[in-house]
Amino acid sequence: MKRIISLTVMNRPGVLNRITNLFSKRNYNIESISVGLSEHEGMSRITCVIHVENEKLSEQITKQLNKQIDIIKVTDITDQAIVARELALIKVQSNPQTRNEIYSLIEPFRASVIDVSKDSIVIQITGEFEKIEAFVELIKPYGIKEMARTGTTAFPRGTQRHVNQKTFSIV
Amino acid sequence: MVREAALTEMKTDTLTGADLLISALEKEKVEVIFGYPGGAVLPIYDKIYDSKFLHILPRHEQGGIHAAEGYARISGKPGVVIATSGPGATNIVTGLADAMMDSLPIVAFTGQVATSVIGSDAFQEADILGITTPITKYNFQIRKLEDIPRVIKEAFYIASSGRPGPVLIDFPKDIASSLTKQPEEQEMNLPGYQPTVKPNFLQIRKLAEAVSRARKPVILAGAGVLHAKASHELLQYAEQQQIPVIHTLLGLGGFPANHPLFLGLAGMHGCYTANMGLSECDLLINIGARFDDRLTGNLDHFAPKAMVAHVDIDPAEIGKNVPTLIPIVADAKAALTALLTQTDSPPDQKDWLKQLQEWQEKHPYHYDEKSETLKPQQVMEMLFSKTKGEAIVATDVGQHQMWAAQYYRFNQADRWVTSGGLGTMGFGLPASIGAQLAEPGACVIAVVGDAGFQMSTQELAVIQELNLPIKIAIFNNQSLGMVRQWQEFFYESRFSHSKIPVQPSFVKLAEAYDIKGYTITNAEEAHEILDEVLHNREPVLLDFRVDAEENVYPMIAPGKGLHEMVGVKE
Repeated sequence: MKRIISLTVMNRPGVLNRITNLFSKRNYNIESISVGLSEHEGMSRITCVIHVENEKLSEQITKQLNKQIDIIKVTDITDQAIVARELALIKVQSNPQTRNEIYSLIEPFRASVIDVSKDSIVIQITGEFEKIEAFVELIKPYGIKEMARTGTTAFPRGTQRHVNQKTFSIV
Repeated sequence: MVREAALTEMKTDTLTGADLLISALEKEKVEVIFGYPGGAVLPIYDKIYDSKFLHILPRHEQGGIHAAEGYARISGKPGVVIATSGPGATNIVTGLADAMMDSLPIVAFTGQVATSVIGSDAFQEADILGITTPITKYNFQIRKLEDIPRVIKEAFYIASSGRPGPVLIDFPKDIASSLTKQPEEQEMNLPGYQPTVKPNFLQIRKLAEAVSRARKPVILAGAGVLHAKASHELLQYAEQQQIPVIHTLLGLGGFPANHPLFLGLAGMHGCYTANMGLSECDLLINIGARFDDRLTGNLDHFAPKAMVAHVDIDPAEIGKNVPTLIPIVADAKAALTALLTQTDSPPDQKDWLKQLQEWQEKHPYHYDEKSETLKPQQVMEMLFSKTKGEAIVATDVGQHQMWAAQYYRFNQADRWVTSGGLGTMGFGLPASIGAQLAEPGACVIAVVGDAGFQMSTQELAVIQELNLPIKIAIFNNQSLGMVRQWQEFFYESRFSHSKIPVQPSFVKLAEAYDIKGYTITNAEEAHEILDEVLHNREPVLLDFRVDAEENVYPMIAPGKGLHEMVGVKE
């Protein structure tokens, strides 16, 4: 099962190393990890997407992360109402014959073209993981030359309407 | 005038980073330092030269950190270690991992190359932060002189609070030697570290109610009881509710072994009653143990009939291995104190106590007492009776360690120093040094095997230099006993590299260090020599030539449940 874990961490040297170390030491699988500044000075927000076999394991991960001294807060937000976004840059082969076709795919996904050259274009797309996956599938036949994805970043929505309440922490 | 001079002195740069380190250590009331000098820590050692600390020079950094672990285990205070950069730092890695597994408070300082060359593969440079991140509770590298007092305060706090553990501070050489003025006092800045000490009242209620309903309750007490100094509360609670107590390997001494409610050691080489107690109980109250695999055996068969309650200061341990119905995140002392104030009626467990009593009488530890050869269990019983169970016992890892746990019956807390989680050979001898320094008046016995002893023989020099009255008892079976035992059971007696027939004369080795040594080959000699040397205040080495074929029983084979012991007395 896939879990999205949101972390608030002290912005100190080696923090990311501590987290990835913990994942590899305990044999947890990371799908993606995204890091950036948060609303508090000196603190960063990290969003980890992980794959685990069962809830017990995801509870362990949350607790082990909580033990880290540089980590201020750990929340498993998978079962909350959240906004989750990922950004992907995709360089696709294109010539004058295929360009229009590609443009017609871009539009419904609200992606945009941010660079054009003689034989390729660079598409920028944002959205949830599944949307990007769907777009990548569509664009694949044209020939993806390069792709870079940020991994999911997420936090809970302002209003929690359909909350499937699940608490993992016992502290 | 004097005051003015003092003021100007404070304003000008007169203090080095090493000065700040020394005064921070004084502030933490450090008395003993286990350290080994080298290039990157020269500025620190120049200040240690004038300091009042008792500085112990081990003959290998690994010996230094194991000694610090022994010191921490007995004194309850953080053990302080200094090693130089590169190889000095990597030599303490095993000790850090050991302290991490057994939750021992250690503050280790490592030298580092100058900040200007960090990352350039300079002479004696190692990325010790990267290396030790997974095996320390926390680690720091000092980047600014003014941070030194705060970082050291934080390091001692982290190492000794919550679930204790090792903390490493990496100290670049230029930071130790450059000048500064007395920095302003900085508060600790650890917003992400707030250990929960007080238990949740509702969970305490739940447990108290479960106890009064239980018919077959047991307490499993781990080292958490010792770290929290909660032996007294444990005794009170067990007596109040008449609940029998089982110990983990590391917990020994937390509950008096001569108490009628004590069932013994549980686990792979635990006693029949303790293991059956865990298998048959209907309520298992774990206080400060982490359900290690050597304790539980196959988890599918572990405490199958029990409702599990778990008191632990580390929430991540609760539910990690065993599903837990009543989780209590708290310090063992706080939890037991809260439990003592509950007024529920004690459980009705008379039949259970009778059953346990029967098992105790029918299935004690056993060995061939009529044997002609010297039996290791026999030696351990002698050590126990001749020291009245009051000695501090520090062990290495292997068969002798299990015999010590089985036959040395600890009636007091903090008499037992062993490497449990990591199982580090070479631990026993240096750990006994630290234990003796923590309690100079105590009788300390280093119980070691012939193989583990040879992993740290160099520390005999420290014992001789300080004239520490440690009794080194080598259980010499000319083999890696536990490895040999496993090969006998599980590898068709194909003794691959587990027998060591070629050995030095340990007595001559001791004599080379100016330490008295005896070779002991039978029970009569053992009695005689032990009576002679045990109460002398000088070091002695005893080379016990014990039965090399002896195995540790009972035993639970890997993958089996606790109830599937072999070698139980019938």
